[in-house]
Amino acid sequence: MKALILVGGYGTRLRPLTLSVPKPLVEFCNKPILMHQVEALVKAGVTHVILAVSYMSELLEREMRVQEERLGIRISLSHEKEPLGTAGPLALARELLNVDNEPFFVLNSDVICDFPFKDLLQFHHNHGKEGTIVVTRVEEPSKYGVVVFETDSGRIHRFVEKPQVFVSNKINAGMYIFNPSMLSRIQLRPTSIEKEIFPVMAQEGHLYAMELQGFWMDIGQPKDFLTGMCMYLQSVRQHAPERLRTGPGFLGNVLVDPTAQIGENCTIGPNVTIGAGVVVEDGVRIKRCTVLKGARVRSHSWLESCIVGWSSSVGQWVRMENVTVLGEDVIVNDELYLNGANVLPHKSINESVPEPRIIM
Amino acid sequence: MLKAVILIGGPQKGTRFRPLSFEVPKPLFPVAGVPMLQHHIEACAKVPNMKEILLIGFYQPNEELTRFLLNAQQEFKISIRYLQEYAALGTGGGIYHFRDQIVSGSPEAFFVLNADVCSAFPLTEMLSFQKEHGEPNSFVILGTTSNRKQSMNYGCIVENEETNEVLHYVEKPSTFVSDIINCGIYLFNPDIFQHIGAIFQKNQQDMLLEEPTNGWHRAEAIRLEQDIFTALAGQGKLFVYKTLGFWSQIKSAGSAIYASRLYLNQYHISHPERLASNEEGGPKISGNVYVHPTAQIDPTATLGPNVSIGTGVTIGAGVRVRESIILHGATLQDHCCVLNSIVGWDSTIGKWARVEGTPSDPNPNDPYAKIDSETLFREGKLTPSITILGCNVTIPSEVIILNSIVLPHKDLNRSFKNQIIL
Repeated sequence: MKALILVGGYGTRLRPLTLSVPKPLVEFCNKPILMHQVEALVKAGVTHVILAVSYMSELLEREMRVQEERLGIRISLSHEKEPLGTAGPLALARELLNVDNEPFFVLNSDVICDFPFKDLLQFHHNHGKEGTIVVTRVEEPSKYGVVVFETDSGRIHRFVEKPQVFVSNKINAGMYIFNPSMLSRIQLRPTSIEKEIFPVMAQEGHLYAMELQGFWMDIGQPKDFLTGMCMYLQSVRQHAPERLRTGPGFLGNVLVDPTAQIGENCTIGPNVTIGAGVVVEDGVRIKRCTVLKGARVRSHSWLESCIVGWSSSVGQWVRMENVTVLGEDVIVNDELYLNGANVLPHKSINESVPEPRIIM
Repeated sequence: MLKAVILIGGPQKGTRFRPLSFEVPKPLFPVAGVPMLQHHIEACAKVPNMKEILLIGFYQPNEELTRFLLNAQQEFKISIRYLQEYAALGTGGGIYHFRDQIVSGSPEAFFVLNADVCSAFPLTEMLSFQKEHGEPNSFVILGTTSNRKQSMNYGCIVENEETNEVLHYVEKPSTFVSDIINCGIYLFNPDIFQHIGAIFQKNQQDMLLEEPTNGWHRAEAIRLEQDIFTALAGQGKLFVYKTLGFWSQIKSAGSAIYASRLYLNQYHISHPERLASNEEGGPKISGNVYVHPTAQIDPTATLGPNVSIGTGVTIGAGVRVRESIILHGATLQDHCCVLNSIVGWDSTIGKWARVEGTPSDPNPNDPYAKIDSETLFREGKLTPSITILGCNVTIPSEVIILNSIVLPHKDLNRSFKNQIIL
C-alpha cells in the first residue's frame, strides 16, 4: 500500500523551530512529527510513502534514506515547483500512486492523533466507493468547515464552511483514503481538495466519513503543539503507561528520554516531554513544556507552556511562560523573565521579555 | 560644644513611602540593615564635641521610636531626645519652636539634618569649611552637583565660586537656575533664630491683616528653604559646602533600595563587619549584602548584590535575592526569586514564585544623576517600579508578582503585573 503525506512548505507557523529543522523532523513527544505518521502507516501495511514537498531539504532527504532502511519501506519525495494546493500534489504523484488498483492514504502532515489507518482501510472497503475522509468532533464548529453526513452509513451530504447555525460538529481531520480512480478528478494545477474535489465527490455519492475515536490536534503552531502534546501523553498514559516516567519529583504524564539527566529536588510535570541528552539541573520546576534534544535548564528555573529548542540553555532562576519558544541554540541568561517570547535561533537573551514578542 | 537636630517629620508625611510607612515610622525603616535614622545619629555621634542629638517631629510618642532612642543612646553614648511638635511646623518652624532646647548649654553651632536623606554626612568637613572661610557666624548648606534637568526638583543654589557664598537660593524652580542643589543638611549657630524670628514676626503681622482663615496657617509654620535661605542669600551669611560624597533623597520606597546600596558600599570603610562574606556552609554572597545574625539562610541560596536581610528572616534552598530588602520575619520558600523588591514584615513567598520590580536607579552613565522622585502614575498608567509587599502578605507558589505594590495582610492567589493590590 501507498500513502501520500502533504508536507508542503517551510512550516512558517512553527517558527522559530522550523528555521533550523524541516517541520516533519521537529520532534513531537521525542519523535519527529512525520515519523508518528509514517510508523502508523507502516503498521497498517503501507510500504511506500510519498512526501509531497514544496521545498527541497537535504536534511529531510538524508533522514528519509535512514528511515527507509530502518522501516524497510520506500520513501519518495515528490517536489512541486510551484504551490499546487492540497489536491495538486496528488496529480503530481499520479504515477507513483496509480501503479496498481489498491487504495492509497493521503494525510496532512500537521495532524496528530491515534492514527486509525487499519480501521479506515476496513471502513473504506466496506462502503466500496471512491473515497473516505476521517472526521473529528470539535466544540466550536462555527470556526471550521464542517462535514454533514449520514450517521449510520457515513455517506457525506455536503460541506459547510464556518456554519452560523449548527449543522454538524464534525470537521475534516486531514486524513483520507482514495481509490486510484479518484486521481482522474484532479488536474496538475493549484487545486484545493477540500473546496474543489470533495464537494463533487460527495454530490456523486462517492465520499464517506469515518469518525475518529480519541484525540486529534493540528500541531502546526506552537500553542497547539503543546496542547497536542498534552493529549498525546494522556493517550500514552492509557495505552502504554510504562513509557511515562513516574516517581518522586514527577507529576502526571511526563515523557523523559533515557539519556536525559534530571537533577535533585526538581518537580517535573504534568505534561512534559524531555528530549535526548537534555540536562535539567537541581531545583527546576517544569510543567506543560517540551524540552528538545541537547538543551540545558539550569537550577531553580521555572518553566510553563514553553518549547525549549535544541541545544538551548536556560539560565538559573529564569521564569519562562505563556508559549515562549526558544529556537535552536538560544541562551537565556540567569534570572530573566520571558513571557510569550519567540526567540530566533542562536540568540543570547540578556534582558527580560515581559510581554509577548519576537526576538530577532 | 555642638548639637545636632534631626527633622523626622510625622505620620502625615511620607505617604510616598506607603504601604511600608503604615507599619513603622518612615525614619525607622531599615536601610542597609539599620533604621534610616541610625545612619544620621552615627554620623553626628562621631563629630568631636557633639553633646546632644535632638529629634524634632510630630509623631505621637510610640514604642518603636522610644525603643530605638534608648538603644541608640546606649550604643552611641550620647544624649538623644525626641521633641514633639504640636503640629507640622515646617523645617524652620520646628527648630524655632524648640530654640530654647537647642541653645541650652550654649552650643557654638548645631547641625540640622533632614531624616529622609542618605549621605556620607561630611559633618566634620562642614565644620572645617565654616572655620576656614573666615566668617565666624555664617551658616553652611551642604550642596551637591546635580544634572540640569533634575536640579529643578531640588533647592537650587547659586554661589560665588571664589568664596562659596550663596548668592541666590530658589526652591524647585521651574526653569534652570543652578546645578548645585541643597542636600538638606545644614550647619547653623544660634544667630539663625534671629532670622527665623524675623520671619515669625512678619508672619504674625501678616496674619493680623488677613481675614481669619480656617486656622491651618500658623505664624510658626516656617520653611527654612523658601522663607530663610532665599532671604539670606547674598547677605554674606550663607555659604555652600559642596560634597563629592554620595547623597540621595529617600522619598519613595524605591529610593530605599538605592539608598541601601549607597550605605552598603560605605560599610566597606565604616562597618566591614556588617557585610556578609562567602563562608563554608553559608549561602553564596555576591557583592554587598547585609544579613542579620538571627536570619536563617539555606547554604544553597544566592544573595546579592545590594541585599539586606532583617531579623528572623527564613530563606529556603535555592532562593535568589538581588537588589532587595527583606524585612523581619519574612519567609522565602525554596527556589523563589526576589529581584528589585521590598518584602514586608512577616510576608511569605511560595516555592518557585518570582517577585520582581523594575529598578528606579539614577542613570549610571551620568555621574550627577539623582534618583527621580517617581510619580506612581504616568499618563494614567502605573509606572513600572520596584515591587513592594506590605506586611504579612502571602504569595503562593509558582506565581509572578511584577512591578506591583501589595498592601498589607493580603493572601494573593494568582500572578499580578503592574498593579496596586488593595
